[in-house]
Amino acid sequence: MREALDQWDFVIAAYVVAIGATLALIAWAWHAMRVAEKRRDEVKRR
Amino acid sequence: MHGYANPTRFLSLASWLTPLLLGAGALLTVAALVWGLIYVSPDRLMGETVRILFIHVPSAWLGMGGWTGIAIASTALLIWKHPLAAIAARGIAVPGMVFTAICLATGSIWGRPTWGTWWVWDGRLTSMLVLLFLYAGYIALAQASARDGGSSKLPAIFGLVGAINIPIINRSVVWWNSLHQPPSLTAGKSAIDGEFLVPLLIAVLGFSLLFGGAVLMRMRALIAEMQAEARLRRRALDDEAPMAAAPAGGA
Repeated sequence: MREALDQWDFVIAAYVVAIGATLALIAWAWHAMRVAEKRRDEVKRR
Repeated sequence: MHGYANPTRFLSLASWLTPLLLGAGALLTVAALVWGLIYVSPDRLMGETVRILFIHVPSAWLGMGGWTGIAIASTALLIWKHPLAAIAARGIAVPGMVFTAICLATGSIWGRPTWGTWWVWDGRLTSMLVLLFLYAGYIALAQASARDGGSSKLPAIFGLVGAINIPIINRSVVWWNSLHQPPSLTAGKSAIDGEFLVPLLIAVLGFSLLFGGAVLMRMRALIAEMQAEARLRRRALDDEAPMAAAPAGGA
């Protein structure tokens, strides 16, 4: 018996993984940068 | 190029380059992915799954390109002792690892409907998995060196030695039998039809700009952390100095 595969399921899964991981990377890098720069400015002001 | 090895000059450049890379990268990536998902026709052999090409190829390129960047920065650190070279290599590591993981995940998802399996231990897939582990090792080593105040030479040597894996990944489909197809894009030649090639090149450019933006943000974060730590250390030394100079009190 052959397994029925909907090719679009694989396409959507791949796009969700790639776009999700890219957005998570950008958001994490941006947040880490903001936190580090804020801390540096606070240390400078003290 | 050497002029920008100065952190102050680099920060003034990065402050306007970061949003530019992220904005242009987002626009190009969205355009390429919409083009690839909606306007490209299904492939004769792979059907609809050919659309995975537009995310799989850019992520593979960035995974390998990222480690090449680490190797170049490591060379600059070992030869010219550029102050920014170690920061650049550390800044590339996490984005490079993320895109290598995306490449492996999307390749596995693509493999199931086209090869009938999620994974095979062949040269291309295994060498790409080795690259993921190399990134993890580099990140751990660089973090440990930075935390313990150690030399950044050890991660740089690791970065150079790990670069041996890049030509192995590139030539793996030529050297060994593989389910993975041989290279479709080589210098000046393409085996890919123009209908797929144009959105693919736009996707590669778009993801590369996003990668560049992420690397700049990582570098800015690392520089800010180092500047804050240096200022706190200086202040602690300044506070200790008068206490050491004062005569010991008491009866």
